[in-house]
Amino acid sequence: MKTDDLIAALAKDQAVPAPKPRTAIVYAIIAGTVISAILFMAILGSRPDIDEAAETYRFLFKFVFTLTLAASAIALVFQIFRPEAAPGRRLWLIALAPGMLLIAAFAELLVMPSASWMPRLIGVNARFCLTLIPLLSVAPLAAFLWALRHAAPANPGLAGALSGLSAAGIAATLYASHCVDDSPLFVMTWYSLAIGLVTLIGYFAGKRWLAW
Amino acid sequence: MGAFEEEWAVLMRAAMAGDEAAYGTFLKAVTPSIRVAARRNLARFGLGPSEAEDVVQDTLLAIHLKRQTWDSDRPIGPWISAIARNKFIDQMRRRGKSPQVPIEDVSESLAAEDTATAALDGYDVNRMLEKLNEKQRNVVRFLTIEGASVRQTAERLNMTEGAIRVTLHRAVKALAVIYREQKK
Repeated sequence: MKTDDLIAALAKDQAVPAPKPRTAIVYAIIAGTVISAILFMAILGSRPDIDEAAETYRFLFKFVFTLTLAASAIALVFQIFRPEAAPGRRLWLIALAPGMLLIAAFAELLVMPSASWMPRLIGVNARFCLTLIPLLSVAPLAAFLWALRHAAPANPGLAGALSGLSAAGIAATLYASHCVDDSPLFVMTWYSLAIGLVTLIGYFAGKRWLAW
Repeated sequence: MGAFEEEWAVLMRAAMAGDEAAYGTFLKAVTPSIRVAARRNLARFGLGPSEAEDVVQDTLLAIHLKRQTWDSDRPIGPWISAIARNKFIDQMRRRGKSPQVPIEDVSESLAAEDTATAALDGYDVNRMLEKLNEKQRNVVRFLTIEGASVRQTAERLNMTEGAIRVTLHRAVKALAVIYREQKK
């Protein structure tokens, strides 16, 4: 095919353009969160003692952590979806939530007797946490990947990983209101594992489906 | 360089608003710069200019299918350069070349003259078209090589104009996949 002919074909292809990537990402955030929240209400629901729990620092900190994570990952998704995007140092934003978690875990070690460290770290619901955070991440991750298929991320693997991190941030926020393990030591161990797993899945999904 | 980019941006904005002619002009206007950058980059990999047209067409297809990712408030040069670079690296990877060589940007070749176009007339016209299905191939042939309008094509192929447009869009997407999957 001659290039001039290709140009003629492209100029005549006036199919309705796909949604703007920015709009698609906003849709993805809303749809992914709503579907996950419905799933969460249907199979789990928040813990029965949530009113008392809401007065404790440990319980509240879980949300500080998960919401910071979700917000920073989503902010970066908006930075990387264009082909010429170079997020550069802004990628350090990702370190914010883990940094806060490390400080909280250190504080926990300072204030709690060492005999309670292991029970707090192991908690009662570790297996639940490892299953449910990935499960609640499925819908938001699929939504982010769908949205980014309409974009052209310079680095598909990174775009996929950030999608996974954003999805896991949303899922972990929902799960945290059900989970009775509030110690930062538990969050640092099990939440991180579950979130890391979703991020890894996102990375490979991105390499596979977000290349263009 | 700034003037070139401004002109492209004006054309592309008109194109996004539905101006088919402006879009054709835009694609024709960016092609020489993409071609010159592709030839220079191919030379860095020890490849001849005859391969350039593959890179050019692959890049044009990506520009077309990803045009909604250009933010009209941002400069268009870096956007085109990034797409061209991505497609060039892709093609080199498919040939098993490591993309370690520094790659020249399209915007660096903006002012360059595109002198060797005539030499491309022998370029294999049908290789890509042959990989489309028959309906897509016919529609693309009528619309491009024979220069028919959508309406004329619809009459000659006994299809509706809507069906012609849908078939064309599918053909364009299929071509992009063909480029992505072709092995040298």
